[in-house]
Amino acid sequence: MLEFMEGSHAVAEIVKRCRPQVIAAYPITPQTHIVEDLAQMVANCEIDAEYITVESEFSALSACLGASAAGSRVYSATTSQGLALMFEVCFNAAGMRQPIVMSITNRSLGAPLSIWNDQQDSISLRDSGWLQFYAEDNQEAADLHMIAYKVCEDHDILLPAFVCFDGFILSHTYEPVDLPSQEEVDAYLPAFTPYQRLDAASPLSFGMYATPEYYTEFRYEIDQALYRAKDAFVKAGREFGEQFGRDYSALVEGYRLEDADTALVAMGSICGTAKDAIDEMRDAGKKVGLLKIRTYRPFPGPEIADALSGVSTVAVLDKNISLGGGGAVGTEVKAALYGSGAAVYDYIIALGGRDVRKRDVAAVVDLAEKGKGDMFYGLRTEVL
Amino acid sequence: MAEVEQGCELFSAGHRACGGCGPALAARLLLKATGKNVIIASATGCMEVFSTPYPETAWGVPWIHSLFENVAAVASGIEASLKRQGRSEKVVCIGGDGATFDIGVLCISGAFERGHDITYICYDNEAYMNTGIQRSGATPYGASTTTSPPGACAPGGNPLPKKDMPAILAAHGAPYVATASIAYPNDFVQKVERAINTPGPCYIQVHTPCCTGWGFESGETLAMAKLAIDTGLWVNYEMVDGKVVKAKKVRRKPVEEYLAKQKRFRHLFKPARRDDVIANIQAIADANAERFGIDIKRKESSE
Amino acid sequence: MALRIGCAAPPGRALDNKTGAWRVFKPVFDPETCSKCGMCATVCPEGCVRETEEGTFEPDLDYCKGCGICEEVCPKKSIRMEKEEK
Repeated sequence: MLEFMEGSHAVAEIVKRCRPQVIAAYPITPQTHIVEDLAQMVANCEIDAEYITVESEFSALSACLGASAAGSRVYSATTSQGLALMFEVCFNAAGMRQPIVMSITNRSLGAPLSIWNDQQDSISLRDSGWLQFYAEDNQEAADLHMIAYKVCEDHDILLPAFVCFDGFILSHTYEPVDLPSQEEVDAYLPAFTPYQRLDAASPLSFGMYATPEYYTEFRYEIDQALYRAKDAFVKAGREFGEQFGRDYSALVEGYRLEDADTALVAMGSICGTAKDAIDEMRDAGKKVGLLKIRTYRPFPGPEIADALSGVSTVAVLDKNISLGGGGAVGTEVKAALYGSGAAVYDYIIALGGRDVRKRDVAAVVDLAEKGKGDMFYGLRTEVL
Repeated sequence: MAEVEQGCELFSAGHRACGGCGPALAARLLLKATGKNVIIASATGCMEVFSTPYPETAWGVPWIHSLFENVAAVASGIEASLKRQGRSEKVVCIGGDGATFDIGVLCISGAFERGHDITYICYDNEAYMNTGIQRSGATPYGASTTTSPPGACAPGGNPLPKKDMPAILAAHGAPYVATASIAYPNDFVQKVERAINTPGPCYIQVHTPCCTGWGFESGETLAMAKLAIDTGLWVNYEMVDGKVVKAKKVRRKPVEEYLAKQKRFRHLFKPARRDDVIANIQAIADANAERFGIDIKRKESSE
Repeated sequence: MALRIGCAAPPGRALDNKTGAWRVFKPVFDPETCSKCGMCATVCPEGCVRETEEGTFEPDLDYCKGCGICEEVCPKKSIRMEKEEK
């Protein structure tokens, strides 16, 4: 049954139904509505979990790591500066193979300080070993949490995941969302079975240090687990589709790409705007389509190359900037399409909450088709 | 002491600590006190490194290391998880003075303020030994470290006093805070037993001389720890609900006896005596004696 | 042997590292004068001083690093450090 609700509330309701046993989070805009909802649910005994009101994001993720190692399903949420403060713990949690699920209400990183949306925060953690899933709308944001737990806790994967959805644009926006019941979620997501845990009955040392004899192989195994997560995601997404009627089995999802000459590539809520813009461009006779990236990590390079095989021009909408190096997604899409013959252009767009309208998407397509790209889109040159 | 099987060391030999390592002895004694029903969370540092090169762990109990500064937060999560699962293991953090006094203070403060049922053990060897003897907030006034070396503009070495970490944690409302020393192994073991059996966050700071970092012969580790107590530069005391309830009394010796035996204080004697700095250190010992009432007066026996 | 996920390991393997090879001086225990107080075993940082059936003590030279703490604390002076012949 569709209910009209805020994105943050939809996520909190789904997280509740995923039955985390320990929640540790620190408030930061625009993540707060999720954790406030969860705290209220704990206070109301609607959820059988410990909620740790930590003193920082750094401790939030550290506490999740400890609780996960002790054998509990855990949850946290953060964004922006909070995620930056977690940087060290992020690498550590992935290396220690703890299946932590954390929501990221994507927000820009300072300086200058900005509370508004782009995807700089999670993209900056691309090398940390976390799976990264990006949602286009509130329904997908909610659903991806269930899939994330399923993929992360798979004993063949054992990695943490960010479920990313755009701050304010999704987190604070009301949309119709179909919330599965507790019974339905339980049928999809089994109770947490730790692969190994801190336990006096069976002692283990966790997080030992590796000499040069072992370090490379441990990093290799983490990398391999990320690649295996592709299949695990496809499987979990398909099962989700079979049970709930919404199929998430694709790491990338094409929209009107079949005969397209020009393709946009994007992640997150901007895909919705792009789809509307594409419909209008199609009506005007332009052969334009969209490729939405759902899993940024593992990066679906071959899947992107396959989906864009018939396209001559590609325009990547990057809501981030690897300063001094271009957009992060664009750089990787170019690598994925190397040798394909397609012209790939990158556009830094929608940083720090700047709105993207349908006409902006159309303008990007025009620029790409004219061979102009690898640039900031919509720079206000009058203030420079 | 908790029951330990004959010949079975929960903290096993084969670890890579220097010969005569004070912290290694503290780890052994700690596990004698806790027994097997414990989960140890360790900060990065000497003890973590010398005891756990993969796959040769020295720990016979569940043990986790995450980062340098987050051990109290990791332990908070473990404790919450155990509580939710209805499990009985005690949760004990162990970190050096760098992890405790300096980089980990945020996480420790948070964990103590929230009242998690954990015991935090700081093995205090008074500098960053793992990285090569740099000054920490626990380095005593007058000590030379590689980042507080004596020189023409800094004749005394470290110009700053040792941070009063026990008082800081007592101020958080910790029900039990104690200092201990490996010079008195049974006292340390008893304090750990008391701490792990006291509900809420408890703190023990155990003095663990480092022969490598302080500059003395490896056989003198316990002797040095005892001299620290005998001079009043280290006081073994217990605080219950924020009040000092017990402090070990001594017939105090001059601090010079302690200082003269360690290379980290050699600059106070050579090339020229620094009577001013030595007097300042004596004043610290005198203030400790006054604050904790440790001086044995005539006709009064030890404790 | 396959790596254990998360750089984790079960107990026991530290014993693979025979630290006795580090030793320069070795402790020689005299059971005749030993008072059986056990201080040497309590304070050994390696935990490698063992009680014998007679209640006296002996070092496990596979692990003893020769630090000399036992000699220093022995109230009966029953332990002496000798330069090791290798």
